[in-house]
Amino acid sequence: MSLYFTKDHEWIRVEGDVATVGISDHAQAALGDIVFAEVPEAGRTLSKGDDAAVVESVKAASDVYAPVSGEVVEGNAAIADEPSLINSDPQGAGWFFKMKLSDESELGGLMDEAAYQDWCKTL
Amino acid sequence: MSDSTETLAQLPLDAWHRAKGGRMVPFAGYEMPVQYEGIMAEHLWTREYAGLFDVSHMGQLLFHGPDLDTELETLLPGDLKALKDGRLRYSMLLTEDGGIIDDLMATRRGEHFYLVVNGATKHGDIDQFRSRLPSTIVMDHMKEQALLALQGPKAVDALDALVPGVSELSFMQAGLFHWDGKPLWISRSGYTGEDGFEISVSSRDVEALADALSADERVKPIGLGARDSLRLEAGLPLYGHDLDTETTPVAADLTFAIGKRRRNDGGFAGADRILAELASGAISRRVGLNVEGRQPVREGAMVLDAEGNEVGKVTSGGFSPSLQRPIAMAYVPVALAEAGTAITLSQRGKLFQATVAPMPFVPHRYHRKPQGA
Repeated sequence: MSLYFTKDHEWIRVEGDVATVGISDHAQAALGDIVFAEVPEAGRTLSKGDDAAVVESVKAASDVYAPVSGEVVEGNAAIADEPSLINSDPQGAGWFFKMKLSDESELGGLMDEAAYQDWCKTL
Repeated sequence: MSDSTETLAQLPLDAWHRAKGGRMVPFAGYEMPVQYEGIMAEHLWTREYAGLFDVSHMGQLLFHGPDLDTELETLLPGDLKALKDGRLRYSMLLTEDGGIIDDLMATRRGEHFYLVVNGATKHGDIDQFRSRLPSTIVMDHMKEQALLALQGPKAVDALDALVPGVSELSFMQAGLFHWDGKPLWISRSGYTGEDGFEISVSSRDVEALADALSADERVKPIGLGARDSLRLEAGLPLYGHDLDTETTPVAADLTFAIGKRRRNDGGFAGADRILAELASGAISRRVGLNVEGRQPVREGAMVLDAEGNEVGKVTSGGFSPSLQRPIAMAYVPVALAEAGTAITLSQRGKLFQATVAPMPFVPHRYHRKPQGA
């Protein structure tokens, strides 16, 4: 199992050929109280960088991008009902969607957790 | 001038905000606290206890001179002549064709008029007053005064504990008080829909006062983010968003601010157009919207008619922390302005359903004097 991060503050956890995607603790803290999330439906094909999901806080809307290419196998219905899970458990119960990777080599362009934490310090 | 090169001024309480954990953002030319612990918690705290807001970015102007009432009434549509000493009224600074340059609070203060204007517009307002009032009217921009707002159901108890007597003020009444030997000009007013006060205090004394107020366990500092969601729930327009020089008081649904005598006699900037709109209606009107679903619809979303044509737009919108659902303000054609009318909105290519709603969304709790008192 491996955990990667993007500069757009998504995390991606890879188990076999399925990856779970969410937004980082840094991102949820910056957004503040999250009041709405919209996740992609199973079967949707995403290319790396596509708009994949929407997250809205009291004040602002943000897009969540596909960190890699693949097919969505599940959207997290729990966060649509209880968006505050993204604040309380961003890298656990607050995940957004799972996808089947179509090109594992894309993972090579992502940061590991230490590199991501260092990068956040520069913001 | 881009944001990155713009020089931001610091509020007198800048260090205090940072020490309290305030997240500072650029607003109206100042670095201002947008939130401390979080917008949702701060919003709900203000509705239940008392929130302390730093609104020192706003402009405080003092006018004096001969025929002051008459001269100010040429620019503002309010019935200022009928305003008693120590009373304040909501009014607007208007263009010659009835557009809104700013909205403001005007207080009669003995021989003076004291106006509080928006921070983002104060320099333009000052230019307007200087160029459109006769030179016999003297205007003092009170740059050395800070302004705090204490808002919420516990505001009166918290402030009265420090400044005995403020509880005797009614909504839209003001007076001079003292705290620790320092003069405070206090009005029972605000912009959250709650009972509360605005306190004009010297910049030298504001930190000591903020410390004394926030030492009360009922009081917490509240940022701009919650100030915006509170005023939206209260149905109060925000200048630069819901009001601008393209909107008139009639379209903005602010006709309550035009006194009966002024409606009969006119004589204020834009009166021809505004009196005509009062008689026959404006083309569009500011309304409240209840938005279906949970996704907020924000400023800039379009109002669509049955054929999909853009016929209006959302000027404020967000998630209501008190109601736990999205609400918005929009300008719509008058034919769509009745409460209960179904409205279609478009935001980033997605359609939303909404219903015109009476405002305020959350009832006002102003401390009004009992009838006949």
